[in-house]
Amino acid sequence: MGYAVETRDLTRVFSGKKHLLRRKRRPEDGEEPEGPVTALDGLTMQIKDGELFGLLGPNGAGKTTLIKILCTLLLPTSGQAYVSGYDVTKDVFPIRQRISMVSGGETTGYGLLTTRENIWMFSQFYGVPSQVANDRIDELMDVFGLRDRRDAKVRTLSTGQRQKMNMIRGFVTDPDILFLDEPTVGLDVNAARTIREYVMKWLRTQEGKTVLLTTHYMAEADEMCDRIAIIDNGRILACDTPENLKKMVRLDTTFRLEVDPIRDTAGFSKIPGVKNFSVKEDASKNTSYLTFILDGEAPVADILSHIMGQGSRVRSLQKSEPTLEDVFVSMVGKGFE
Amino acid sequence: MSAVTVRRAAVVRRSDLRYKVGLNVRSILGRAYPRVIGANREPSWIFFEVFLPLLGIAAYVFIYQAFYNAQVALIQAGQCGSAACASAADQLAYLQTAARNLNALVGTVVLGGTMVAFWLNVLWSMASQLYWEKEIGNLQIYMMAPMSRMALLAGMAIGGMFMTSVRAISTLVAGVLVFGVVFQVANPFLLLAVFFVTLIALYGMGMMFASLYLLWGREAWNLSSLLEEPIFFSSGMYFPAGGFLMVQPWGPAVAVAGSLVPAMLGLDALRQLTLPGTTLPSLLPPDTELELLLVLAVVFLILARFSLAYLEKLAKREGKLTSRHQ
Repeated sequence: MGYAVETRDLTRVFSGKKHLLRRKRRPEDGEEPEGPVTALDGLTMQIKDGELFGLLGPNGAGKTTLIKILCTLLLPTSGQAYVSGYDVTKDVFPIRQRISMVSGGETTGYGLLTTRENIWMFSQFYGVPSQVANDRIDELMDVFGLRDRRDAKVRTLSTGQRQKMNMIRGFVTDPDILFLDEPTVGLDVNAARTIREYVMKWLRTQEGKTVLLTTHYMAEADEMCDRIAIIDNGRILACDTPENLKKMVRLDTTFRLEVDPIRDTAGFSKIPGVKNFSVKEDASKNTSYLTFILDGEAPVADILSHIMGQGSRVRSLQKSEPTLEDVFVSMVGKGFE
Repeated sequence: MSAVTVRRAAVVRRSDLRYKVGLNVRSILGRAYPRVIGANREPSWIFFEVFLPLLGIAAYVFIYQAFYNAQVALIQAGQCGSAACASAADQLAYLQTAARNLNALVGTVVLGGTMVAFWLNVLWSMASQLYWEKEIGNLQIYMMAPMSRMALLAGMAIGGMFMTSVRAISTLVAGVLVFGVVFQVANPFLLLAVFFVTLIALYGMGMMFASLYLLWGREAWNLSSLLEEPIFFSSGMYFPAGGFLMVQPWGPAVAVAGSLVPAMLGLDALRQLTLPGTTLPSLLPPDTELELLLVLAVVFLILARFSLAYLEKLAKREGKLTSRHQ
């Protein structure tokens, strides 16, 4: 089986902005000094033909940079990347024929054109004959429930409708490889489910199709992806099926706690047996949500005394099966938020 | 009975010359479409792009009319040029010349008003366009499509030419009806050639600027503003540009600099071809101006082709193709 996408030791460094006439600003306290940023740091991976491959990582992990290199929008600083066997730095035409990309929250298109006209326009840049394009657009509009908005001007569409239009744009050119960069971000449950279901059906029913998906939603990645890579600071920390990734932390013990807001969380890392933990604050509920990856159950007593020692009350304590989020916390050392 | 999923076979991709030509023609039509159709959907353009420019034209017309009235008063008082009128026939000839010159000046202003529409379209809808496309996220979709980048620019240019022609012709017709200009065309083929080559050269310049602006980012807007008014002046949009040759010592230098913008030579040639028999100064004969316009068109298109390819590469290296607010 061939690879739809392959990268070897891929590195991308952004050198930062240079302003000849602007005086260099001194960084304020706690601020990172301006300088080169390594977005991808020797990233090596393979995505097989027909796979739905997920990339999980916090903001700034390098997911979008990777997608932009694979879409021929950005050059790597070093290393190689191949899409459908073609080099992204040399063979851009055959790559561009075979790919499409949809990002969450896109505002592409022209407000004065109708939904149908906008998608048709983008299809022309791929040489799709108008009749074929219009038939596909109608079919996809039915699938995504956008038929009644086909003659509406784009500027009148809601966020969800606009994202559905973007998805149709992604599919209308019949790509071999579809890059989806957080495609369901900000969508309601139904719209997100429609998109997820169609992407999976598209892969099942057509030969030679591959999807690279980045998402913040662990459940979405768990439900959709054949394999997932966890990426942080431009490096892949783990890459396997969702099931195998979860097995990696199954030997550990996962505890979830709801407590009154606590001040000192750094102390948790000093407790023996705490492998990793994450904290989410919900100011509206005046609650802190803690997730601990523990080496057995022994550290629980110390954790509870650390919490109560700060005058905080434990509202609930639950031992649970590991989820992808636990894998993520275990690898990255923090949650998404 | 178990359900059987029928998988559609993989797509075969073509890359032959015929396919590429078809791809780029479709791309040009696709990109021209929003300008041809979308831009005319809002009827407000009639007010903003036909009625308002007429006000600007009217200001110049009134000034020229005032000069004409003063000149007629002098001739009727017996002053023909710098000397007294020799006879009634001499006086009549002077009055007729003054009337022809007024018609030519008003015609120049109306023609200039139509060319202003093209110039503003080139500045704001060609040169600044790719930067604006980047801001709304279209640029990355364009840049990852297999079409030629020149097809993208050509689509923008052809759409812009069509859209602006509708506006320019409306301004021209309104100008003729309101101000009563009489155009006389002796050589329609040369006139059409000058008009189309001027547009190609002008939009070629816009295509070149479009790629340059891609790197300048936000500064592009300032540059467009900076270019707007001085070009109105140096290109002779509202007066015969040949007048620069009579203003010593800096006039000829302004004329040479202004002629780098194809609107100047184009307007001067169009004025000579539609408003003959005046004593107004011209830059060069119309056929020479056409030859220079052809050179400008070729040079700008070649520069646009290479600057876009180079700047796309540079932008991909620096990450400026897709990053907003740079």
